[in-house]
Amino acid sequence: MLDLDPWTLLTIVALGCITVITRGFFFISSKPWSLPHWAQRGLQYAPIAALAAVVVPEVVMSHGELIATWKDARLFAAAAGMAWFLWKRGVLGTIVCGMAVYLPLRLGLGW
Amino acid sequence: MFHRREYRNRPEYWDGVRDQVSVAMGIGAWGLMTGVAMVQSGLSALEAVLMTLIVYAGSAQLAAVPMIAAGAPLWVILAAAFCVNLRFVVFSAHLRPYLMHLPRWERLIKGYITGDLSYVFFARRFPHPGANAEELAQQQAYLMGNCAVNYVAWMGASLVGIALANAIPVAWGLGFAGILALLGVLCSLASSKLRFVSAGVAGAAAVAAWALPLKLNILVAIASAVAICLVLEKFRPEAQGPGAHHA
Repeated sequence: MLDLDPWTLLTIVALGCITVITRGFFFISSKPWSLPHWAQRGLQYAPIAALAAVVVPEVVMSHGELIATWKDARLFAAAAGMAWFLWKRGVLGTIVCGMAVYLPLRLGLGW
Repeated sequence: MFHRREYRNRPEYWDGVRDQVSVAMGIGAWGLMTGVAMVQSGLSALEAVLMTLIVYAGSAQLAAVPMIAAGAPLWVILAAAFCVNLRFVVFSAHLRPYLMHLPRWERLIKGYITGDLSYVFFARRFPHPGANAEELAQQQAYLMGNCAVNYVAWMGASLVGIALANAIPVAWGLGFAGILALLGVLCSLASSKLRFVSAGVAGAAAVAAWALPLKLNILVAIASAVAICLVLEKFRPEAQGPGAHHA
């Protein structure tokens, strides 16, 4: 339980450096520089694109394939969460409502 | 960093706290399952704790752990983590003008603690970098309040997950709460037609390009969504502000 392999430790520290480098990639240089105008325009579409790119496969795919059945708890949970958001506009409610649909379907019906 | 009084004394700090608290439960469930998964994939509890405290990037951790367990070469593991984290390179390009007034070490620390949702909330709340020192300080206060909640929720839940690794079956799928949190934030960003298009294109592209290694499908999805929106914007200029305002 408390084993610590030195090579694993080195890997973990190096991974921490990767986090710093990627999250601060454009903060490293102090030289004045700014994004071209089209890129600045484009960035207003990037956050929602990044979220959709992470979320959609997690809802409609399993084991690298599009799911072929509608009997999947994730579909109903995502639909319930979005319906909640349209109704009340709260992220916390989206999570609670989605999980309230997800857990019974998954644990109860095995979807 | 985010506990400094100069931040806590500003109302924006507490706005940031409030926004992130709304998703903290999802972040927590996600952190919990990441903690469970790290131990169940072969790290010792001590290694999992160190990874949680040092790496602070859930998707990179989940990508790296099976590779560590399989004895993959270090450079391959680091290259994979870099690719999984490439979206943060995009975010840092966006955040640069908001942070460049700070010294380099402080920029890097703030970059390090800014996860996906903190970036998204920050970009939603502040479509433009502050024009003067006062506005820039307000923005930093918001960012730090937001990151503080994210940090505490993620770290706390991950450590609990490591402790409970043998008690919580992965089959329960509690990590889906994290996806629902992202989904809620996604809905809150859908403030213009072109942003709907962006989400639709990115979602479809991420599924279509799923077979790419190292989660590069996410980068392909962002790039294609942004490119298509820029083209549509040229053809059909929409009357809209440069960013959504606070919901």
